[in-house]
Amino acid sequence: MSANAWNEERLGELLRLLRPAPEGWVDAAAQLPRLRAVLDDLVARAESDAAFRAALVADLEATLAREGVEPTPAIVRALALRIR
Amino acid sequence: MTSHLTDAELVARCRAGDEQAWAELVERFSRYVYAIAIQGFRLSETDAEDVFQEVFARTYERLDKLRDDSAVKPWIAQLTRNLCIDKLRDRARVEPTEEVDGGKDETLAELDLALTVREALAAVGEPCSDLLDRFFTRDESYKTISERLEIPPGTIASRISRCLVKLRGQIEGRNDDVGPSGVR
Repeated sequence: MSANAWNEERLGELLRLLRPAPEGWVDAAAQLPRLRAVLDDLVARAESDAAFRAALVADLEATLAREGVEPTPAIVRALALRIR
Repeated sequence: MTSHLTDAELVARCRAGDEQAWAELVERFSRYVYAIAIQGFRLSETDAEDVFQEVFARTYERLDKLRDDSAVKPWIAQLTRNLCIDKLRDRARVEPTEEVDGGKDETLAELDLALTVREALAAVGEPCSDLLDRFFTRDESYKTISERLEIPPGTIASRISRCLVKLRGQIEGRNDDVGPSGVR
């Protein structure tokens, strides 16, 4: 291999390949631990309180928003699966 | 948000419930996962987002099952590839005209190499990592870089060049056996 194989052009080319993922995606993934904790709490409350469960099922998005979680479609889907 | 923790150290902290470490792990591999989905498998943005979130959800759930903490990178790569293929198969069922492309090995190898370069860039540290990132991956102009980093626009080209020399030194110093085409 040539000593100049890692030239500026090649390094630039490789750097350009890994562009930032959309910020919202990264933020959502980074918040997973907190999100899991919120979902665990909601599911536990739903299991022990029928009225809460009914309200939760009736409007998942509003419940998540009240808990301070942005109700993205993926999160709403995850919660729906958990309380099914 | 880049520390000098090794992958294994980062995984160990994530497993211990360190949320900051988890955010760093996501940051460290987010571009790689995104690139595999978009460039390696040419998924749509919508499908790529599903894959992206699923990769990190499964990684979070299964960290306990990882046998070798230092192998998190190939593990995430394989998981991403598998989920991309699943997504393409789902699409092919819905839209049968679409062929399932298993991902181009060449492209995936280039992305692996790009991640190695990116790791070297993190090791080079500031201000080079920020400067090169802005120029090469965020496509910022000299004018924008000059304003954001408060450096004279006339010096940016030479700074980029010096930083690339440092980056090259970092790669050659720590990774002598990897060629720029990924050939060992």
